[in-house]
Amino acid sequence: MKKFRTLGLLALLALLLAFPLLFPDPAVTTIAVFTLLYAGAATAWNLFSGYTGYVSLGHAVFYGVGGYALALLCQDWHIQGGYVPLLLLPLVGLIASVFAIPLGWIALRARRHVFVVVTIAMFYIFQLLAYNLPGITSGSQGVFFPNPPWDAAFFNTPFYYTSLIVLLLSIGASWWVRNSKYGLGLLAIRDDEDRALSLGVKTGAFKLVAYVISAFFVGMVGALVGYFVGSLYPVFAFTPVFDITVALMAFLGGIATLAGPLVGALLLAPLQQYLTVQLGIVGLDLILFGALLLAVILLLPEGIVPTVRKRWVKCTASRSATSPVTGARGKEKALLIEGRRGGKG
Amino acid sequence: MTLIIEAVILGILTGSVYALMSSGLTLIFGVMDIINIAQGILVILGAYLSYTLETYLHIDIILGLLVTIPALFLLGMGIEWAFMRRIRRDRVMISILVTFAVALVIEGLLNFVFSANYVQLQAPYIDASIPVFGFYLPYIYVFAFFLSVILLTLLYLLVYRTKFGFALRASMQDRTAASLIGVDVEGVQTITFGIGVALAAAGGMVFGATNPFNAATSYDLISRLLVIIVLGGMGSLRGALFASFVMLVISDVTDVVWSPVWSSTVFFALLIVLLLFRPQGLLGRLEGRKQ
Repeated sequence: MKKFRTLGLLALLALLLAFPLLFPDPAVTTIAVFTLLYAGAATAWNLFSGYTGYVSLGHAVFYGVGGYALALLCQDWHIQGGYVPLLLLPLVGLIASVFAIPLGWIALRARRHVFVVVTIAMFYIFQLLAYNLPGITSGSQGVFFPNPPWDAAFFNTPFYYTSLIVLLLSIGASWWVRNSKYGLGLLAIRDDEDRALSLGVKTGAFKLVAYVISAFFVGMVGALVGYFVGSLYPVFAFTPVFDITVALMAFLGGIATLAGPLVGALLLAPLQQYLTVQLGIVGLDLILFGALLLAVILLLPEGIVPTVRKRWVKCTASRSATSPVTGARGKEKALLIEGRRGGKG
Repeated sequence: MTLIIEAVILGILTGSVYALMSSGLTLIFGVMDIINIAQGILVILGAYLSYTLETYLHIDIILGLLVTIPALFLLGMGIEWAFMRRIRRDRVMISILVTFAVALVIEGLLNFVFSANYVQLQAPYIDASIPVFGFYLPYIYVFAFFLSVILLTLLYLLVYRTKFGFALRASMQDRTAASLIGVDVEGVQTITFGIGVALAAAGGMVFGATNPFNAATSYDLISRLLVIIVLGGMGSLRGALFASFVMLVISDVTDVVWSPVWSSTVFFALLIVLLLFRPQGLLGRLEGRKQ
C-alpha cells in the first residue's frame, strides 16, 4: 500500500516536471502556472488558517507586499528582466514575513471572529496605503516589472518551473508542520485553545510562527504573479478576491489536510482562469463562482479529500467484513446514509 | 474651527446612517454567531432597488422605502432559510464563507443588470440645504438623520419592549437555554436575519443618495461596517451605535484637517490601536469559556 502511494507520487511529480514538454501551448501553460501558484498559496494559507482554525481573509497583504517588494527591488537595483528577479524570490518572501510579524502580533491578540475582521481591515489599510503613498508605490498608476527577454514560446517555461519549486517548498513546509510536534500544538489550538494553553502550548508564539511561515510563501506567490503579469496595481495587489479564492480552494479540497488545498486549487484555478478569459458577459463569472462556492460548502461541508477518504475507509471496511451478511448490512448502511442525508438537506 | 464643527455635525448625521447598517450586522452576529459579509452588497442592493423605483416608476426614494424595506426583509429571511440554517458545524467560520458567496452572487447579478457604471439617486432635496445655527446642512443628511432615529427607535422598542425582543435577547444570551424554555430559536433567527437585512435597505437608500455607487462599492462599505462592529464590541447594539458616530466624526474631521484620502486609513489605524488595549472592543464583554 505504502509502496503504491510512493510510486503514485513519483509518477505525479514526473508528470508535473514533463508538463510543459507535453503541452507546449502557451495558453495551456499559462493556466498551469496560475494553478501551481494558487496551489502554493492555498497550501500556505492552510498551513496557518487550516491548522490553527483562525481563518485569515487578509493574506492579500502578503501577496501584495511580495509583488510590490519585487517590483521595487528591481527598480531600485536596476535589475534587468531575466532569471535574476526569480532568484530574488526568497528575499521577497523574507520581506513579506517581516511584515507579518507586527501584523500577526496585533491581529492574533483577538480571538477567531474578531481576528477575521481585523485581517480584512488590514488588507484595506494596505490597499489604501498603496494608493496614498505614491512616493513609494506610484499610487494608482501601479508599478511595472522588467520585461524578461524570452520569446513567446519559451516565456512560460521558467515561470512554470519556479512556480513548481515554490509549490513543492510550501507542500514540504506544510507536511513538516503537519507531522511535527509543533503542528500538533497548532491542531490543539484549533480544537480548544484555552485547554491547549493550560497544557503548556505557547499558543501566542505558535500561531505567530505559523502566520509568518504562511506569509513567506504567499509573498513569493504574489511576486511571481506580478512578474508573470508584468504590472501591479493597488486594486489587484491587495484584492479580496485573492483571499476568498484561496480560502475556497482549501475548503473545497478539505481544510487542515495536506492534499486538500492542492485538490481544490487543481479544480478551481483552471476554472477561474477559464471563466475570466472566456466569458465576456460582465458579472457571470462572479455568479458562477459564488454559486459553486455555496454548493460546495453546503453539500460537501468537510471538503473533497476527507469525504473521499471516509468513503474509501467505509468501502474497504465493508469489503473485508464477512461476506454472507453483506447484503443485509449493506442495505442497512445505505438506509442509514440516506436518512442522514435527508436530515441534512 | 467652523470647518471642524461643521465636519463634526456632518459626521454625526452620517454616523446615524452607518448606525442603521451596522446595527443590522451586529444584531445578526449577536443572535446567530454569524458575520454577514453580504451586508455591504445588500446595502448596495437596497440602493439599486430605490434607484430602479425612482428611475422607472418615478417613486420618491423615501416613499420607495415602503417597498424596499419589506422586499429586503423577505430576501433576508430567504437567505437565512436557504443557507444559514444548513450550517451545522463551525458556524462562525463557515458562515463567513457562505455569506461571502452570497455577496459574490448578488454582486455578479448587479453587475449584469446595472453594469459597473456609477449611479446616484436623485431627488429634489438631495442638493438643497437648510441653514442650522449658521451652518448649511444638506436636506438629505437631515432627513437621513431623522429616518435613522425613527428606525433605530423602532428597533430599540422591538428588542427591549416586545415579547419577540425578549425571545431574541434570550437566544442571544444562550441558544440552548432559550430553546429549553420554549423559544423557537430557529424562527427568531430567521426573523432577526430579515430585520438585519431590512435595515440595510434603509441604509442603502441614504448611502445611494449621498454617494455615487456601483456593485464594487460594497467592499469598502462592508470593511467599514465590520470595523465599526468590532470597535463597538461584536454583538453589542449600543456599541455599534456609539462606534458609528465615533468613526464618522473622526473620518469627517480628518477629511477637513488633513485630506480625504487619509480618512479611512486613520480610522482603520485607530481600530488597530484600540485592539492593542481592548481586544473585546469598546463596549463588548470578554468572551467567557464556552463548553
